[in-house]
Amino acid sequence: MTKSSFSSIQSEYLALIDHTKCVRCKRCIQNCGWGTYSFGGDKILSDHAKCVACGRCYTYCPESAISIVKNPTVIRENGNWKENHIKSIWRQSETGGIVISGMGTTFKYKKYFDHILLDACQVTNPSIDPLREPMELKTYLGKKPSKIELDFNEEGEPILKTKMPPQIELQTPFVFGAMSYGSISLNAQKAMALAARALGIVMNTGEGGLHDDLVPFGKNIVVQVASGRFGVHRDYLNSGIAVEIKIGQGAKPGIGGHLPGEKIGLDISRTRMIPLGTDAISPAPHHDIYSIEDLRQLIFAIKEATNYEKPVSVKVAAVHNIAAIVSGIVRAGADIVYIDGYTGGTGAAPNIIKDHVGIPIELALAQVDERLREEGIRNEASLIAAGSVRSSADAVKAIALGADAVAIGTAALIVMGCHVCGKCNTGNCSWGITTQRPELVRRLDPEVYGERLYNLISAWSHEIQEVLGAMGVNSIESLRGSRERLRGIELTDAELKVLGIKHAGL
Amino acid sequence: MITIDANGMHYRDLNRLIREGIERGVKKFFLENVNGQYYIGDGIKGDDIIININGVPGNDLGVFMDGPTIAVSGNAQDNVGNTMNAGKILIKGDAGDVVGYGMRGGRIYILGNAGYRVGIHMKGYNEQLPVIIIGGKVGSFFAEYMAGGVIVLLGLNDADDTAGDYFAAGMHGGVIYLRKKIDFSKYSKEVELYEADDNDMAFLKKYLLEYADDFNISFENITGKPFYKIIPSSTRPYAHLYTSA
Repeated sequence: MTKSSFSSIQSEYLALIDHTKCVRCKRCIQNCGWGTYSFGGDKILSDHAKCVACGRCYTYCPESAISIVKNPTVIRENGNWKENHIKSIWRQSETGGIVISGMGTTFKYKKYFDHILLDACQVTNPSIDPLREPMELKTYLGKKPSKIELDFNEEGEPILKTKMPPQIELQTPFVFGAMSYGSISLNAQKAMALAARALGIVMNTGEGGLHDDLVPFGKNIVVQVASGRFGVHRDYLNSGIAVEIKIGQGAKPGIGGHLPGEKIGLDISRTRMIPLGTDAISPAPHHDIYSIEDLRQLIFAIKEATNYEKPVSVKVAAVHNIAAIVSGIVRAGADIVYIDGYTGGTGAAPNIIKDHVGIPIELALAQVDERLREEGIRNEASLIAAGSVRSSADAVKAIALGADAVAIGTAALIVMGCHVCGKCNTGNCSWGITTQRPELVRRLDPEVYGERLYNLISAWSHEIQEVLGAMGVNSIESLRGSRERLRGIELTDAELKVLGIKHAGL
Repeated sequence: MITIDANGMHYRDLNRLIREGIERGVKKFFLENVNGQYYIGDGIKGDDIIININGVPGNDLGVFMDGPTIAVSGNAQDNVGNTMNAGKILIKGDAGDVVGYGMRGGRIYILGNAGYRVGIHMKGYNEQLPVIIIGGKVGSFFAEYMAGGVIVLLGLNDADDTAGDYFAAGMHGGVIYLRKKIDFSKYSKEVELYEADDNDMAFLKKYLLEYADDFNISFENITGKPFYKIIPSSTRPYAHLYTSA
C-alpha cells in the first residue's frame, strides 16, 4: 500500500513561546531532541506536532518563555471510545504498524501499594528512634542454607562450618533494574554505576553486554544473559557480582525485544558483539529453555562457567501462575528471583502487551512469598520486586509483602531528567537517556546524575529507617514478609485474600 | 596429557578435573566412557587445549567455550556449542537440537545429522566468523534468526529432504550454503537463493578441506557438484512492522 502523507492525528501538546520574553538565544532549538523548534528569521517557531512534553526546553529556557500545554482542541469525549483508541486506529490505519512506545503502561489500573497502610507502635510496644539507635538496612541476596553447623575454636568461640552460598551484599535494599546499553545511553549507565558503587548496591547491564568503561564497576554490576545472548562470553559472566538470566519483563511478558539497526552504532556493536547497523533481535524465548528442567540446565551452565562463585538470578514477569512458576525457578537452582510487575518500564514494547498483559507486582509478590513459605523453600532464593516502585513507601510495602529488595528503573531515569514521555523507542530523548545521538548523550553528566541517584536512594533509605522505627523494627530483614504489619483499605475480600493482609480496622 | 575415566562420574567432578588440569598446564585430555555428562568444556579458554571424548557427552557441550578443541567419537546431545565464542567442536556421529545457539565464533563440524534449530541466532562479529558444517540433514527452524556467520548443509547421506520446515525464518545476517537444493516452499520469505559462484567456493574451500581432513573423508566427493547460497533479503527484517505511539 502506498502511504498517504495526510494525518488525522492532531498535536497532543502545544509548545507556546512568549515572544515578549524570548531573547532568541535559540537554546530551545539546541535542547529539543525532537526538532520542535526552528528559527524563522526574527523569532522562534514551534512545530507542535513534534512536541512530546519531555520538559527539556522550558527547563533550560533562561527567560522562562516557554509553556508546554495540552492541545485544547479536543477529540470529542466519549466514555467508551477513548482518545487512545481513536488515535491508535488513525495511526495504524495510516501506517499499518504495531503501536509501540517506551516506559510502562499509561493505563490507570488500581495501584495496590496505594491501598495498603503500614502499622506503627503505640503504647504496647516501643517505637525506635532511627536517628539515635542502630537501624540495619543491609540485606543479602542469595540462597541461604536451611540449617547451619558450627564448630568451636580453642577459645570456645563459634566458627561457621557450613559453606555459605555466594551472596550479593546490599547496604540498602535497592537495586537498579536492568537497562541495556542501547536502550539507554552509556552515560546513563555510568551514572547508575557511580551511584551503585557509592551506595553499596548493584546495577544491571540488561541484555546489551558490558561496556569496557563499566568493567571497573564489576562488584556493583549484575550481568544479564537473555535470549539474544548479546555480548555474553565467559569473561563477561565472570566480570560482575552475579549473573541474571532474563526470561521476561513486566512491560512485555512473553515477547522478545529488538534494538533497531539505526541504533547499532560502533560502540554498541562492539559491546553487544554484533555487526554494525543490523537489527539486534532478542527472541521471545531462550531457545535452550522450554521447561523448568531446561532453565536448570542454563543456571548450572552459568554456575559451572563461574565456578559456583556467583549467585544466579532469574528475572520473570509477573503473570497469572507466577507462584507456581517461581517455585519451579527456585527448585531449578536460582539463587535470586526478580519479579517484574505489569507496570514496569521498557525501552520499547507494543502497547497491546504493555497495557494488557501481566499482573500487579503486589499480588504476585504476596502469592510467591506465601507459596515458597508453604513449600519450605523460601530460604532457597531471595526475591527482588520490581514494576514501578515510585517511593520508599512502595519499597517498604513490597518488602513487608515478601521481597528481600526492590528494583528501581523508571525512578532512576526520572532522576536523570526523564519526564516519562514514553518516547524512549524513538531514540530522540532530549535528556540524553534513551538515545544514542552523541550530541544528546553528551549532555547527561554521569557524575552529576550519579550524585543525584545517590541522594535519592539515601533519602529513601532514611525514610525506610523512619518507618521501621515507627514500627519498632530495627532491621529491614525483620520486616520481610511481615504482612501482619500491613492493612488494606478500599479492597475487596478477594483482593485482601490474595495479598494475605487484613482490612484496616481489624 | 591426561586420561579421565568418566564412568559414573557427576558432571561437576568431571568438569572440575578438566578445569584443574588446565590450570596445571595440561593441554590434551582423553575422556573415556563419557555417558551424558553435561557442560563438558563449559567456559574453558585456551587455543591449544584439546579434549577427546569417547562416548556420548550430555547437553551444553562446549557452552561459553573460548578457544579449545573438542572431538567427540560418537553422538552428541542438545545445545552443542551454546553461546560459544571461539574454538572447535567435532562430532563424528549426530548432534541433537539447538546446535550453536548464539554462537559468535569458532567452528562446529558434524559428520552426521543434527536436530531442530541448528545455528539459531548465530552471529558474526568483527574477525569472529562462526562456522557450522553439517554432513547429513537437519530438522525444522534451521538457522532461525541467523544474524551472522556461515552454515553449510551438505546432505551427504543422499536423503531426499535435507532440511525441515521454516527454513531460515527470521534470518537477517550471515550466509547458508547448501550442497543440495531444498524445496523452495520451505524457505522463509526473508531469504534469497543464488547459485554459489567461484568466490563462494574459494571461501568455502578452506573449511571444507579441514572438514574432510578432520573426518577422513574425500574432499572431492563433497565438492563434486554446484553449491547454492542463501542470504537474507534484509538486515532489518522488521523495520516497518512498528509505529510509534
